[in-house]
Amino acid sequence: MFSVLRDLIRYNIEFAIGLAMTCFIIAFAALSFFSPVDPTLVYTAIPDRPPSWQHWFGTNSRGQELFWLLTFAFRNTLTFGITVAVLSRIISIVVGLAAGYIGGWVDRVLMFFNDIFVAIPIFPILILFYFVLRSDLNSFTLALIMACFGWPFDARLIRSVALGLRHREFTRQALFAGMSPLKVMFQEHLPYVMPIIFATAMANMIWSIGLEVTLAVLGFTNLSIPTVGTTLYWANNHSAMIVGVWWWILIPVALIIVMFVGLFLLAVSLNEYIDPRSRLRRMGA
Amino acid sequence: MKEYLLFALQRFALLAAVVFFGVSGAFFISHLSPINPVESILGEISSRATISPVAVEEMRRSLNEMFGLNMPLWQQFLNFWGRLLVGDLGPSLLAFPTPAMYIVMLALPWTVGLLSVSIIITWIVGNIVGGLAGFFQNSRLLKLFGVLAIGIQPIPYYIVAFLLVVIFGFLWPVLPISGGFAMNVRPGWSIEFVLSILHYSILPAASLVIVGVGTWFLGMRALVSNIVTEDYVTYAELAGVRRGRLVGSYVIRNALVPQLTALSMALGGIFSGTIITEQVFAYPGLGSLLVRAVNGGDTTLVLAVSSIAIVAVAVAIFIVDLLHPFLDPRVRVG
Amino acid sequence: MNKDDALEVTSLKAYYLMNFFGITREVRAVDDITMSVRRNEIYGIAGESSSGKTTFIKVLAAAMRPPLQIVSGKVEYRFGGRTISPQSMRDDDLAELHWKHLSYIMQGSMSVLNPVRRIQQSFVDFAKRPLGLGGKAFQDRIEEHLVDLQLSPKVLRAYPHELSGGMRQRVTIGLATVCQPEFIIADEPTTALDVVVQKDVLSLLRTVQRRMGSSIVLVTHDMSVHANMADRIGIMYAGRLVEEGPTRTLFTVPKHPYTAHLVASLPRIGDTARRPALEGRPPSLADPPSGCRFHPRCPLAIDKCKTDVPPLVTVGEGHRSACWRAADVKPLMASAANPVTA
Repeated sequence: MFSVLRDLIRYNIEFAIGLAMTCFIIAFAALSFFSPVDPTLVYTAIPDRPPSWQHWFGTNSRGQELFWLLTFAFRNTLTFGITVAVLSRIISIVVGLAAGYIGGWVDRVLMFFNDIFVAIPIFPILILFYFVLRSDLNSFTLALIMACFGWPFDARLIRSVALGLRHREFTRQALFAGMSPLKVMFQEHLPYVMPIIFATAMANMIWSIGLEVTLAVLGFTNLSIPTVGTTLYWANNHSAMIVGVWWWILIPVALIIVMFVGLFLLAVSLNEYIDPRSRLRRMGA
Repeated sequence: MKEYLLFALQRFALLAAVVFFGVSGAFFISHLSPINPVESILGEISSRATISPVAVEEMRRSLNEMFGLNMPLWQQFLNFWGRLLVGDLGPSLLAFPTPAMYIVMLALPWTVGLLSVSIIITWIVGNIVGGLAGFFQNSRLLKLFGVLAIGIQPIPYYIVAFLLVVIFGFLWPVLPISGGFAMNVRPGWSIEFVLSILHYSILPAASLVIVGVGTWFLGMRALVSNIVTEDYVTYAELAGVRRGRLVGSYVIRNALVPQLTALSMALGGIFSGTIITEQVFAYPGLGSLLVRAVNGGDTTLVLAVSSIAIVAVAVAIFIVDLLHPFLDPRVRVG
Repeated sequence: MNKDDALEVTSLKAYYLMNFFGITREVRAVDDITMSVRRNEIYGIAGESSSGKTTFIKVLAAAMRPPLQIVSGKVEYRFGGRTISPQSMRDDDLAELHWKHLSYIMQGSMSVLNPVRRIQQSFVDFAKRPLGLGGKAFQDRIEEHLVDLQLSPKVLRAYPHELSGGMRQRVTIGLATVCQPEFIIADEPTTALDVVVQKDVLSLLRTVQRRMGSSIVLVTHDMSVHANMADRIGIMYAGRLVEEGPTRTLFTVPKHPYTAHLVASLPRIGDTARRPALEGRPPSLADPPSGCRFHPRCPLAIDKCKTDVPPLVTVGEGHRSACWRAADVKPLMASAANPVTA
């Protein structure tokens, strides 16, 4: 496992850069555990101060120190993204394995619902939920809703892998030897499915965090919890750009870009690594 | 021909199912709302004029009947569908008594127009450039494009839209950053109006295209790299088929097939991106409308916009699916 | 180069050179092969999978892609009095060569035709330029050709997935032969077809060859096909040519243990004797055995076979073998019941 990681870092530059960027953001978010400042309090510092040695990222118009605020923001956002990724992986594994392995009408029904979920645009639904729940819409509920929409794409992928595995020799042998189908699914097939899980988890995180940021920017989430999106919302609310408090917007945006590009590079390079055909191509040319 | 009709029927069944589940879902969610539409309306009306308490009671009763709030939920559900099928979504609460449908229909063409144009440009340009990049793997220019695509693609629509606003609004103000058309132009079928619309749609469309192109480019490039190893491509290359014909009809043509499927799956997400883009550019489409409705607590309008959004996306997917057999002759058989 | 030769291969070495994550690998798929093919003859190449025969074909057809490269040796064709070496040709010249003088029937009729284009369009793509005909003349020519192949011209309007496997294979043969090239390379043209269709396709191929007087290199692992079609056969094992000679000779008096075995594996009517299976598996081309590559599985192996590579020497008229004990090789069948039909 570690040798794979080492090889990837050494030979695949996209993976290396992606890993570096993502680790940077994670480290930054982890700093929040050492923060001397409580991010939910406002007006704890002199507002609108540009970046300086005293306040590394400056302060915003609400009198909050931007550096520590952002560490919390990224921590919350990353936690959210991971939660959604984990929840939707679980759903997509169960659905994908069941559909691909059991087949028949179970498969048809599951895929029917899959198609429906794919076709429904998630954004209006999210907005609808916010509209109805208002401030009761906390991070976890939102994560749950997003997980319900994030499973279709990957479930299909897992299903096709399961379909292929079902007809392989070792499956038949395992069943013949008396293993129950459930055990076969989880003990024999899961290792094949795991690489896909990892690669798609990254893409899923990008998607869910993107949506969260978008929702928050519109003001459609709980605004007192510092996340990446809410920071931007407050910046807009106080017309940061016009007033000249540029660091309030540009620094978070820069960090956001680093985070997204990092995750994306990881996803892309993992995908390429898993796909045997692209590996063959890298070997030759 | 018969097979095509059968295929179309299958897709239509899916369309109906999506609309049914999606819109019903929206209905049930909106009924979790604590906002009582009747009280909202009464509040609105009584704030504009003084009315006698008796009249208020009368209105309350008739509004309750109209909204059917004293009926059990399942009956309200049936009523809702009954009215939806004739195009009646009830009156908007903020703009009472204007029918919500009317307001939505005003905004719909803007969104449809913006979306259609951006999607067509993004899909076609992204796929063609991606296809060339997948085939001519050594081109420096295409490799550069690839790096750019990787850099831009993961960035959410909002950030790109916002950056465009910053650039064109503050740093280099040559393009309009808000509104659907210039305020001093009279709406109507005139060249001036059409040009104005185009002028104002450049930035929103550009924002959608910039974000979208990367996805199609990368996907197509990966697909094409695999397709060039396919037997029929190797064979044709061997046989000396002309480069241009090879790239066009053998490689890209075949790669477009899965990309079309990908398009129908991506439409939901693209629509979401459009909403946020409209909001940023104050473009008078469904997106801005939805945000205003939510901020104003207008249940009927929110439900109306959501329903129409779901229907619109489902119809778009249906249309894309119908195009499928034209691109892939294998689909036509059953 | 012999005037009668259409193809001459000299000391050809073609390897796959791979560098992945710091590990270099060298797969010696074609390791020093010298042979030639005459005009108007069908030369069969036999051997099991991973014998290197597919790679050999790729080199002959000038269809090499990295990581495959020619390490040394050369391949020369002789068309219309000119000697052409595909390795040293530029892409435009190669295009001129392809299809008009040299064509290729690929393995797997399933997937060689573009699934989104009609057969007619495939013909236009492949054959229009080499034939140099336009409009009606072109149309007449391809329809005529299809009829020769016992295909209705209506096939032209169809898409590949609408045709049966046998029809597709016939279309592929048609595509390869319509320009009447002097040299055709056929890679497993009948694998995955049922026996009845196989017979049809093969006799078609032979008719076409006789009529055009072209040379065919026919690659297949199926010895019965060679028995039916080939004038001469070359046996490949682990990247090397181990025996070569006229078909009849090879089937009756093989001079290499591997050939003896391949020949004996053919079932014959009325013959109920047991066949001994060959031990072991084909060697890895990345790390082949030393000396004679067949020695780990050879029933006649002696110490010398482990250390010294046997050269390909003449053991009879037009018959070469690479075995230290060629003289001791006996056919594995008691009676030399001859499977070769006229």
